Amino acid sequence: MTTTAYDKQTASELIAGFDARPEMLVQILHAFMQRFGWISEAAIRQLATELNLSRAEVHGVVSYYHDFRTSPPGRHIVKVCQAEACQAMGSRELSSHAAKALGVEMHGRSDDVTLEPVYCLGNCACSPAIMVDGKTYGRVSTERFDEIVATLQEPLR
Amino acid sequence: MTATRIYVPRETAAVSVGADDVAVAIARQAKESGDRVQLIRNGSWGATWLEPLVEVEVNGKRIAYGNVAAKDVPGLFAAGLLSGGEHEKRIGPTDEIPYLVNQDRWTFRRCGLIEPLSIDDYRAHRGFAALEKAFEDGPAAVLEAVRDSGLRGRGGAGFPTGIKWQTVADTEADQKYITCNADEGDSGTFSDRILMESDPFGLLEGMTIAGFAVGASRGYIYLRSEYPLTHKILSKALDSARDAGWLGSDIRGSGFDFDIELHLGAGSYVCGEETAMLESLEGKPGIVRYKPPLPAIAGLFEKPTVVNNVVTLASVPDIVNRGADQYAAYGVNRSKGTLAFQLAGNIKRGGLVEKAFGLTLRELVEDWGGGTATGRPIKAAQVGGPLGAYIPAEQFDVPLDYEAFIEMGAMIGHGGIVVFDDTADMAQQARFAMEFCAIESCGKCTPCRIGSTRGVEVIDRMVAGIDRDDNYDLLIELCDTMEDASLCAMGGMTPYPVRSVLKYFSEDFAPSTGVKQ
Repeated sequence: MTTTAYDKQTASELIAGFDARPEMLVQILHAFMQRFGWISEAAIRQLATELNLSRAEVHGVVSYYHDFRTSPPGRHIVKVCQAEACQAMGSRELSSHAAKALGVEMHGRSDDVTLEPVYCLGNCACSPAIMVDGKTYGRVSTERFDEIVATLQEPLR
Repeated sequence: MTATRIYVPRETAAVSVGADDVAVAIARQAKESGDRVQLIRNGSWGATWLEPLVEVEVNGKRIAYGNVAAKDVPGLFAAGLLSGGEHEKRIGPTDEIPYLVNQDRWTFRRCGLIEPLSIDDYRAHRGFAALEKAFEDGPAAVLEAVRDSGLRGRGGAGFPTGIKWQTVADTEADQKYITCNADEGDSGTFSDRILMESDPFGLLEGMTIAGFAVGASRGYIYLRSEYPLTHKILSKALDSARDAGWLGSDIRGSGFDFDIELHLGAGSYVCGEETAMLESLEGKPGIVRYKPPLPAIAGLFEKPTVVNNVVTLASVPDIVNRGADQYAAYGVNRSKGTLAFQLAGNIKRGGLVEKAFGLTLRELVEDWGGGTATGRPIKAAQVGGPLGAYIPAEQFDVPLDYEAFIEMGAMIGHGGIVVFDDTADMAQQARFAMEFCAIESCGKCTPCRIGSTRGVEVIDRMVAGIDRDDNYDLLIELCDTMEDASLCAMGGMTPYPVRSVLKYFSEDFAPSTGVKQ
């Protein structure tokens, strides 16, 4: 995932891409996430100004949704599905394995990686499932987890 | 010599187990061996357990090879893949696979068959014929067909679609909306995703017909962000439909204007609740609204709004095409038509099974599903997502019918069936139901926001053997409060899985419960 540091000009262009419509706030935040990797306090201030919303309103949306993070993630983002179909196929064990293999706790991060739970990737006939940098993998045994993690371009620890 | 057509699905499940690598390997191998191959990235037939399912067209017949890995490709070519040659991965003709042949494919009939993003292929399989018919017959005829078909909302609530549409049609307003709920958050469900990835125009056509029927000129698809490939496919489908004049102003000279905007959710489960989804579409936190007013009267931006699930909308074109009576001929009692059941979790043959209502859970789980993937006895199946009851294997003879399920304190919901084997700790599953509610509650109403957290604590005490009987009574009381006083199904139905565990698996709450050997 290639993201760039927040800058006001780029942010303005992204907002303009949605005609600065306040009802597009969730979509604009997705665009910010894709470009900057996270939502900074400066970004929230700018969004409030340019969309004519209060900072509280923008903050309310940012903090409500799991997708929007307010601190920078690790270089890679690994999500392990924790929902029932994956539980039935050992996702609890896979989660512990992932934490051990990546050296971070669930919800934790290192420079290399952020490890997060996700509640359903819609891949429930290929459980357990994980998502690495936006790509979904199915039938993930602990061995396959190690293989997937090992093939990332920037190697994890 | 014409090129041999090879189909490799470009659908999330298939890709998640290596379909892209298989496609690359086939292209490379064909180049090396000098074979002329036309690689088609179709959607999925829904036989997910066979993914990646590769098909080769030989004399007009498609021959299937299952669970193909990239490393199998050289061997497959050597075995004569291009002429349907024998190989351990060869299954036989796709149209003879019992898992598929024995289904009642209505809404999903094009899935796997066609090239999802080809309008020509879509047209060749009766695509857009229903919209043309709707333009000829007029909105009233469409409303009548949808009502007479008995179609009910496939998102889970099962509300009669015809009544919803009629309400929107009858409500005067300068602007109305069609919103498609594609926030398929229930664990064990993926039918919306398979449809959108395998036959996206089917959804777009259904939405356009809905717009025409109720007098709405704008549509929204609210797609969950966990489906990035679906997002790519839908975006392309929307562009193609616009370019070909199937969306936009004066669609194909009909004088009817309709366009669709694609919105992404942001990881909130409760946004699958219709009013929370509308809030999110307005750019706000996905907090549930009080009802009334119903969205059909005052929905998106306070305008009359149809909120329908993907499968509901995609079922409409063939109801218009083939007639309401054809659809209503499927099913039982007040559950008319077909439902795309999804077999998930610990199951040998997981995937999508579109069948008329009325078959039993046992037929689905055993005949189609083949039992558990682990080969162990089945302990329970959770039907209808995280808010659905856990049904013990002894009760699997219940027919799949909305009302029959309600009667037993369960729900069919969106048709997801998650199977657990006998190693499952059901007390842990009951705890998870409460925990999930605590994580995902929008926080507006107290029973859901606070009750779920208290629920986790009470279950923890029961499992630890602390005042077990008192805590049992407390949990029942808490379930009553959540069910009676929550604003929406999140808090109102979280007790379903909890109660079902108390009823059928109370022994799992004993202090000795831990990870079973």
